[in-house]
Amino acid sequence: MIEDNKKIMKTNTLILHTAALFLLPLQLIFSVFLLLRGHDEPGGGFIAGLVASAAFVLYLFAHGVPATRNILRVEPHDLLAIGLLLGLAAMFPGLLYGEPFLTAQWWEFTLAGSEIKLSTVLIFDIGVYFAVLGTILTIVMSLTEAEE
Amino acid sequence: MLYAVLSGFILAMFAPWVQRLAGDRSGWILSLLPLSLAIYFASFLPEISRGEVIIQNWIWLPGMDINLSFLLDGLSLLFALLISFIGTFIIIYAGSYLKGHKDLGRFFVIMLAFMASMLGLVLSDNLISLFVFWELTSITSYMLIGFDHEDEYARKSALQGLFVTVGGGLALMAGLIMLGTLGGSYQISELLNSGDALLTSSLSVGMIVLILIGCFTKSAQFPFHFWLPNAMAAPTPVSAYLHSATMVKAGIYLLARLNPALAEHWLWSASLSLFGAITMFVGAYLAYSATDVKKVLAYSTVMALGTLTVLIGIGTPYALIAFASFLLAHSMYKAALFMIAGVIDHEAGTKDLTRLGGLHKAMPVTATAALIAALSLAGLPPLFGFIAKEALFEAVLSTELYSNFLLVVALLSAMLVTAIAAVIAIKPFYGELKATPKAPHEGPIGMLAGPVVLASLSLLFGLMPFLPDIGILTATVNSISSEPFDFYLALWHGFNLPLLLSVISLLGGIALYHFWSGNRHHIGTLTRQLSRFGPEVGYFKFMDGIVFSADWQTRVLQNGKMGNYMIVMIMTTVILVGYTLLSQYGFKLTLQAGDVAFYEWVIALLMVFSVLYAIQTRSRLGAVASMGVLGFTVALIFIHFSAPDLGITQVLVETLTVILLILVLFRLPGFSHYSTRFEVIRDASVAISMGVLMTLLLLAAIDTQYFETISAFFVEASYPEAKGRNIVNVILVDFRSLDTLGEIFVLAIAALGVYSMLKLRAEKSS
Repeated sequence: MIEDNKKIMKTNTLILHTAALFLLPLQLIFSVFLLLRGHDEPGGGFIAGLVASAAFVLYLFAHGVPATRNILRVEPHDLLAIGLLLGLAAMFPGLLYGEPFLTAQWWEFTLAGSEIKLSTVLIFDIGVYFAVLGTILTIVMSLTEAEE
Repeated sequence: MLYAVLSGFILAMFAPWVQRLAGDRSGWILSLLPLSLAIYFASFLPEISRGEVIIQNWIWLPGMDINLSFLLDGLSLLFALLISFIGTFIIIYAGSYLKGHKDLGRFFVIMLAFMASMLGLVLSDNLISLFVFWELTSITSYMLIGFDHEDEYARKSALQGLFVTVGGGLALMAGLIMLGTLGGSYQISELLNSGDALLTSSLSVGMIVLILIGCFTKSAQFPFHFWLPNAMAAPTPVSAYLHSATMVKAGIYLLARLNPALAEHWLWSASLSLFGAITMFVGAYLAYSATDVKKVLAYSTVMALGTLTVLIGIGTPYALIAFASFLLAHSMYKAALFMIAGVIDHEAGTKDLTRLGGLHKAMPVTATAALIAALSLAGLPPLFGFIAKEALFEAVLSTELYSNFLLVVALLSAMLVTAIAAVIAIKPFYGELKATPKAPHEGPIGMLAGPVVLASLSLLFGLMPFLPDIGILTATVNSISSEPFDFYLALWHGFNLPLLLSVISLLGGIALYHFWSGNRHHIGTLTRQLSRFGPEVGYFKFMDGIVFSADWQTRVLQNGKMGNYMIVMIMTTVILVGYTLLSQYGFKLTLQAGDVAFYEWVIALLMVFSVLYAIQTRSRLGAVASMGVLGFTVALIFIHFSAPDLGITQVLVETLTVILLILVLFRLPGFSHYSTRFEVIRDASVAISMGVLMTLLLLAAIDTQYFETISAFFVEASYPEAKGRNIVNVILVDFRSLDTLGEIFVLAIAALGVYSMLKLRAEKSS
């Protein structure tokens, strides 16, 4: 039903259509890369979240809301909730170790020769990532759908 | 104890799954948690009754003196035991009462979260964490009162309870902060020994008033008592738990907790005695005039809360003994009676006392439990309620402040309560059998367990008063009084004045009971006439006032023209900030244009041109795009001054902003008219004054340095302390992660705002 509607944001440009298809996974991988390197190099949850949202927004322009919903599989505001919960989850481990809440906890180990640093900071950053992604997608999708 | 408090929240998260898996038995299974908490707290009894105090401390926000610390002494242990022990039966009861309800899982979530908040409240040793738990109980109780959210009355009542308690909560927060500041610590255990600083300061009157507003709203003291009976819109397990033994006693708890520190202040005892006495009488009278079982019980709870307040206000040793005994007695019989009211409602289909009668044959167990609990309510021997009532009379006789007034009020209230107790115990169960909407039969075991156990305890404690006395009450009294003393409770004190008063109140009660059914009509009319002057009218006036002023300021300030909002906001900022800037700093324009490189000039020119284009273009898309150019040049500046993170963020934000703007602007119709000359000049001058202000502000900010900058600290500490080389990210997610947490919540709220605004509009138009 929606697909028959006039779709302001759905273009029939073949180039954009195809490009969006391939750019989406690339941009998502890039966003994860930015997210993970963020603690030492430019990047981080906020930037990575913006890149990921840009990926989905581009896809949305090319293919419309229903198609984007299909590949997203969850409601955008659920992403928002996941982000906030992860952010909150990062608060408590410090408390259990008898430190002020939100104190970063690190679990470092070496795996296959490379040093892995897991931490509550990473959980927190992933939370920021999802919160940003959820926010932008919620707003953009509501706006595009408001037309229909 | 941290885990004891948190366990309730954790189980709450999993309650829906437990409920789905266990089905009808979920109440029994979930009740294992409060039961084990009750056992856990009971294991402290020997230590606490020896007079020991246990303090446990978890660091939370040490920089602000906010800690998760817990204080277990006689007072908090008594409350913790009541909360967990009665909670056990309430959860079982709820599983049975709401059997098959579609939202039972949700109910357990909120109920367990409420229980955990309540435990946190009574165990907190820190004013701020106490306040956090205090607000949590307000919020969870709001959801519990409004549990039946499809019912408009339930929603309204829930909102009323929320407004009153949270409004009081605001006052309380201010009061607690003043308390912490004056006392020099936010730890309650330290505050209680902080001496005269609390009482002699010029701020202490204000502090006490604010704290009292918080406690009075929470504990439904006159003139805030009206929300409690309305909260009876909640399902009965909620009323039995929140409005008898727990939430409404939170205010009482705080009054008792702070009593040792503030008792010496004249305002404290005077206002507690006065307001408590009024509440006591108003509650008793309204209970006598109501016919709905739950309302009768709710008003008699108001009366009990007033009594407890009076007793703290009197503050003599007798009064504190009476306080502790009355608290225990009331929690037991009132929870039992509420649950019985639910059984009657559930099995007979009505809770209107005038339509009930002769049920004792069909519901023998309920009738017996009701009789015992009601005898305790009436204060008859050999129930524990009798001991509490004797102690109450003794306390009133021991005071000097308003002693005659208090004596009369206490006696009248006792008569009314005796009459109510008789009404509750006799009307539904004896006399001729009346037709009820449902064929009455005995309630299931899950619903009877609580009333039977609690009623039996009232009897047991009455016959053997040394049990609660040695076990906990002595410790309770010693933790709320300023000096320690010993006492013993007994059923029989000999022929003395309190006994005489008890007999008088009993006789008066019996007379009033006979008056009850015959004069329903007159009492109802009188109450309706009086309620026209009641404080609830004030509440509605106040709420109307809020709506009116919101309406007024919306009409004036937010008339739907974006341009007007911008002018108002910008000009307000310009005037306020500009005035401060000029008066504090003066007008200094020091520009050094010497060491600006060539390409920096290019970027600056690009910015100027994009702005000029945006101003004069008649295409909205063109304007948005040129503002995008401006944003990208800002990103260039960031990158040029080696802030790649800021640069990347700026580029991405700018991109998405342009997209969002296009999404919105795309659907606007073309311009219907262009700005007149006057409008152009007006807008330009607003814009230019803002620009000038920002420029001056920036120059002033660069010029002024009050403190040494902390960027050196971040650079140094980033890798060794936070294991990250990207300082921006380390600041965001580690050093200042609380700020970031707040920001993502702001983002979420903004997104939900847009979402609901668009969805609501869509619903309205369809």
